Amino acid sequence: MAAERLADELSRGLDAPICLTWELTYGCNLSCVHCLSSSGLRDPEELTTSEALGFVDGLAAMQVFYVNIGGGEPTLRPDFCEIVEYAVSRKVGVKFSTNGTTMTPGRARRFAEMGYLDIQISLDGASPSSNDPVRGAGTFAAALRAMERLAEAGFASFKVSVVVTRHNAGELAQMLALAGRFGAELRLTRLRPSGRGAASWHELRPTAEQLAGVHAFLVAHPQVLTGDSFFHLGPLGEQPLAGLNLCGAGRVVCLVDPIGDVYACPFVMHPEFRAGSIRQAGGFAAVWRESELFTGLRKPSPAGACNACGSFGACHGGCMAAKFFTGLPLDGPDPECVLGHGERALAHLGAGGSPARRLPVHGGPGHGKPGRPVPVAFGSLGASLTR
Amino acid sequence: MGCAASTETGFDPAHPYELHPDVALRNEPFGALAYHYGNRRLTFLRSPELVRLVGELGAHGSVTDSMAALGISEARQPSLVRALASLASSDVVRPRASAPAPAAGGQDGG
Repeated sequence: MAAERLADELSRGLDAPICLTWELTYGCNLSCVHCLSSSGLRDPEELTTSEALGFVDGLAAMQVFYVNIGGGEPTLRPDFCEIVEYAVSRKVGVKFSTNGTTMTPGRARRFAEMGYLDIQISLDGASPSSNDPVRGAGTFAAALRAMERLAEAGFASFKVSVVVTRHNAGELAQMLALAGRFGAELRLTRLRPSGRGAASWHELRPTAEQLAGVHAFLVAHPQVLTGDSFFHLGPLGEQPLAGLNLCGAGRVVCLVDPIGDVYACPFVMHPEFRAGSIRQAGGFAAVWRESELFTGLRKPSPAGACNACGSFGACHGGCMAAKFFTGLPLDGPDPECVLGHGERALAHLGAGGSPARRLPVHGGPGHGKPGRPVPVAFGSLGASLTR
Repeated sequence: MGCAASTETGFDPAHPYELHPDVALRNEPFGALAYHYGNRRLTFLRSPELVRLVGELGAHGSVTDSMAALGISEARQPSLVRALASLASSDVVRPRASAPAPAAGGQDGG
């Protein structure tokens, strides 16, 4: 199929990423229990304003069409608007994620006037009772206030971004309706066991039955964005979910953290997946094109333990980050493998089958945050991606 | 995952087309990425031949003329026309008033 051939081509890597995730700061005024970057305090080594603008220049030169800015809470950086406006002026489009707490009416109007700008409001439940235990007291109300202000300012079609958990998996239809009330799109992403999510993952992750419900919901609502995060659920259906359904790490996406370190995957800020720094000679372009890690990821990888399973073509072994942070081998099944291979592998680990490894090594200003690759609809010669 | 049908879009290779002014192309080994700054859609142009054709559209009075100028064989033309129809349906290329554009290309980058 054309789609698969495209995935093969992309898995060999591109001269520049399709988009990248840029965590602007580790500073955050919230302390969500599943935060992938364990954010809280700013890191004193974070990029300066001029370094940030220089990085944007590099992206413009590489024709990276847009960046996904996150954190931390990126809007807490005093130079946030300056960086966003500069990027947009260089035709590097921006989508940023925010918890909405800083969205004043004035800021909403300012954002509404900028071209090439998208906003994602993070919200993890259709009511305070499902959202606030995860994101903190008052965060549901704050997010809704921000949504109202964006809608009042005439900001067209922002996104409501939801990490699917055991507590909100039954509320997807309500979340879709809630987004619709503000003219917004719904975006669902997968809970990853990274950062603080490593500790909360077992408790928050959806049950197998809920994951089947998520899959059915996505099939029934193809307009819902996912950042391609549910490709591990592929074997649940006869047709693949909309999207490229491939792990884009180091091939079409990557992550730049607040201090300029470049990681293969937006969900794995860990030394094993650090390719270099934008502060080194050659900058980001050299890291993307020449780092040993990235060039290695672009070589074909064997299916490993999943080879014997007839569904490898549908899930490609699932998510590298989910495997890594649960201690599973990278060439084995995803911990949430819908055929149950992951559960068995986890049980084997628990029984001392191999050392549980690599839970995040950092507290405070920390590592590993959500990535937002791209949902897709395929045309004939071309696949189109919407962000 | 159906394929786009050219008949639905009203695409006509006898008419002049051009790359949409909000679209930037980035060359890649398989062809090019096209990014539409207006609707924020990313589209893959999956052959270098198609990329050359898109670049040439603005310089000719019809798609057919553009293909002739590039020396594209008749056997190849139907699949390229289908590809262009698909690009037209996602606004990567658009119909143009009949006079040829001053110069081909002119997109930032590429």
